[in-house]
Amino acid sequence: MADFLLELLSEEIPARMQARARNDLARLFAEELDKAGLETGAVDVHSTPRRLVLIARDVASETQAAREEIKGPKASAPPQALDGFLRKTGLEREQLEERDGVLFAVVDRPGRPAAAVIGEALERIIAAFPWPKSMRWGGGETRWVRPLHGIVALLGEEIVPVEVGGIASGATTLGHRFHHPGAITIGGAGDYAEKLRACHVIVDQDERERLIRDGAEKAAADAGLKLLPDEGLVVENAGLAEWPVPLLGRFDSDYLDVPREVIVLTMRTHQKYFACTDGQGALAPAFVCVANIDARDGGAAIVEGNRRVLAARLADARFFWEQDLKVPLEAFLPRLEAMLLYEDMGSLRAKADRIAELAAAICRTWFPERDAETARRAGLLAKADLATAMVGEFPELQGIMGGHYAERGGEKPGVVSALRQQYLPCAEGCIPACVALADRIDTLASFFAKGIKPTGSKDPFALRRAALAIIQTILANGTRMSLRDAFAMAEAKADVVELMDFVADRLKVQQREAGVRHDLIDAVFALGGEDDLVRLLARVKALQEFVETGDGADLLVAYKRAANILKRENWTAPEIMSSPAEQGIPQTGEEDPLVLVEEPGMAEAVAEMASGSAGAALPQEQALVAALDSAEPQAVAAVEAEDFTGAMAALARLRGPIDAFFDHVTVNDPDPAARERRLNLLLRFRDAVHRVADFSRIEG
Amino acid sequence: MRQSRARTDRLREVFDGERRRLALSFQDLILTLHRYWSAQGCVLLQPYDLEMGAGTFHPATVLRALGPDSWKCAYVQPCRRPTDGRYGANPNRLGHYYQYQVMLKPSPPDLQQLYLGSLAEIGVDFLKHDIRFVEDDWESPTLGAWGLGWEVWCDGMEVTQFTYFQQVGGFECRPVGGELTYGLERLAMYVQGVDNVFDLAFNDSGVTYGDVFLDNEKQMSEWNFEVADTETLFDLFRKAAAECENCLAARLAIPAYEQAIKASHLFNTLQARGVISVPERQAYIGRVRDLARAACAAWLDAHGQPAGQAA
Repeated sequence: MADFLLELLSEEIPARMQARARNDLARLFAEELDKAGLETGAVDVHSTPRRLVLIARDVASETQAAREEIKGPKASAPPQALDGFLRKTGLEREQLEERDGVLFAVVDRPGRPAAAVIGEALERIIAAFPWPKSMRWGGGETRWVRPLHGIVALLGEEIVPVEVGGIASGATTLGHRFHHPGAITIGGAGDYAEKLRACHVIVDQDERERLIRDGAEKAAADAGLKLLPDEGLVVENAGLAEWPVPLLGRFDSDYLDVPREVIVLTMRTHQKYFACTDGQGALAPAFVCVANIDARDGGAAIVEGNRRVLAARLADARFFWEQDLKVPLEAFLPRLEAMLLYEDMGSLRAKADRIAELAAAICRTWFPERDAETARRAGLLAKADLATAMVGEFPELQGIMGGHYAERGGEKPGVVSALRQQYLPCAEGCIPACVALADRIDTLASFFAKGIKPTGSKDPFALRRAALAIIQTILANGTRMSLRDAFAMAEAKADVVELMDFVADRLKVQQREAGVRHDLIDAVFALGGEDDLVRLLARVKALQEFVETGDGADLLVAYKRAANILKRENWTAPEIMSSPAEQGIPQTGEEDPLVLVEEPGMAEAVAEMASGSAGAALPQEQALVAALDSAEPQAVAAVEAEDFTGAMAALARLRGPIDAFFDHVTVNDPDPAARERRLNLLLRFRDAVHRVADFSRIEG
Repeated sequence: MRQSRARTDRLREVFDGERRRLALSFQDLILTLHRYWSAQGCVLLQPYDLEMGAGTFHPATVLRALGPDSWKCAYVQPCRRPTDGRYGANPNRLGHYYQYQVMLKPSPPDLQQLYLGSLAEIGVDFLKHDIRFVEDDWESPTLGAWGLGWEVWCDGMEVTQFTYFQQVGGFECRPVGGELTYGLERLAMYVQGVDNVFDLAFNDSGVTYGDVFLDNEKQMSEWNFEVADTETLFDLFRKAAAECENCLAARLAIPAYEQAIKASHLFNTLQARGVISVPERQAYIGRVRDLARAACAAWLDAHGQPAGQAA
């Protein structure tokens, strides 16, 4: 057993690709060894900007010997079959074994030395490495993320021979690009990390991340400041430096007039700097950059150079900020005319009008106590910042800049807040909710009206995210609204049923994380009338609590039994009850069978027929009828009052009588009248349950 | 506060001291790079006599990137980016500036070292200044070209674009050429420690970059943004495209490519005038790309085999 070391030295690997590359390398190596039957202990992977490293502990010296049996033709088979088998196995007739009249070829595969197995595995891994983007260089055809320069492959102290695109494996590598550009000879997995450390390379990314995290915090603390933590920046900087040295610099405090988000984003995205705050939490005119060298002047020149670059960037940002502030936000609206949405969906300017209209309508309808004109104003201005210089430069600041410009322009707080929150997954507050909903509802309706919907993993216009934002905004604000009506208010006329199904699917996915069962959402959605998401979830929650009780579980069993009998007997509602469907009125499952019956006498007769109370009935039948008579109106009233727990409690009272019914009553009675009566009673039971939820959708 | 000011002053002093030592004038910077890359066996070319948006457009890069022949060149190329003009009012942005362009094909294995050698020649001390290769993939939609590489940072400032060409004109590059594009003004500002591009010392005799180019920036910005007659520009675009087709029909790759460059620049100017709408923009880019591709295809017809062999 020996430890194995692999180092793939290349030109600088993009920081964002390193984590995945480490995982891929570990996975592919394990798969290859497993396939070859070579045993290994723990496998560690590391990366630096120039290296991808794998260390496998306790690799077996050879693969396990294997004996393989290949079944051949029968001994009595025609000679052609035997010849074919001998050709395939490369054996002679007398080397075959005969058992029970069948010929077998037995091939012994002796153990293969680990070095040979690993060498072949590495060539395959390197040739087919799944980089997100790879390239060729020079005159070669080898592909790697950037030009590959060296392969260190050592099993124990022995070089594992590998050759890829003219690069042969060896035991030498290079140190830090500037501190130690010369060759280093590696003894093996044991001394690799320490030898590189001596040459200013910290091989382990976790250690470099720690140095950056702690060093940046310390640099800020030494200046009496606090670092704004940013793990993304820690990881990125660790992927950009083999010898990270955090350094604090300062910039001119005049730039602090520019909104904080702009400064932080400029530093982060363009320069990969950390930002700092002062004791009060306000942004400080300081930055922490991470150098890749121990500079001989202590970093003074590096800090000064970075300060100048940042100053130029901030000067640009301030120029955009001041430029944009010269006119009110509204003045950018005409420029939205030239900004076109996908294909023939018109301009952003037209979209602004649609959002304004819809936001006002939503406000008027469901927030009558609030000022619909504020919602209209916020909707109109929502997209204006897309034409500003700042958002042109920093698209990530869309919405946030709109908020700043609106605030400076004296717009109402509701407008400012709506602009800021419009791209968030969830907008809170009345006006922000109206605008966020209007924007997404318009988007979904526009795309669905053109027949553009997400398919499988393809959702290029992020329509699923839009639906999710609608759900989260409605739920977070507890907004009581008919989503169906809101979709109908959109200018684009899409199929509302299709839109509701789309939202329902997203709701199921979203609620799954909160532990809500998707089948229960289906069970409530299936009733058809529910498009108030707040009420729907309250109902689902009560249902979930109920079906998880003993009563609930038993009632579900009884329901399924009743439904199965009705299905088997092909038993539907008496003719008069099925008439709504025949008349083309869509059945929602909540209809009162009596609404179509106008004559008082007729009503009684129908009710009697429907409840199956005619003729001599067994006591269990009578008990079920009585239970239904009391539970059904209670359930209906409770649902009406949105007391869903109460509705469940009403249903729970059916459990005893329905169980007793099944225990003592034979539905398929030889007497056709009794049979019909009992089937009608089951039908009534099923319908009563349906007043609360479609239990046929519930699993289990 | 006083303490931090003192610290800043000290830093400035350190930096200024070094600046005096480095302090290459703009033209000496170019001469230094010329001498360095000449010593590496590059053909030193003069700027191409057509308006273009980037040094890459030069036929010595685009056309020579295709086909099997080896090629090493270096040149300065004036670049015109009408939309970047700021009437000479922005210390960092110009509508006209210079790129120093190097192309080595096939890319040698030590290209990064060769590049660093050029920085050392300018006077960069790698144990005092922080040099980084930061991922930046290059793509030119109008040339149908892309490559992988980095932007090279010196103390956080991008000084060079470093690219391994993978495709040009929609054709695979075999072998692959390595391209270095130095932003000369930025590099000079860094070397001279100047915050405003117009303050750069152009030579060692007191002439500044502003003396040479400030008026140019003002007038060209005004022309590009306000004056240029768009009807004329549209007309010229159509004529350049038609002439490109004419050259292609005669199987003349180089004149065809020149017309494609002209069309590309006219498109840039029309954009600065703000007369091309978003959907039109894609159509124009597509038109230029088709012309450039056809010119590249014609070039490959003649140069698809190593020099000296019949096609």
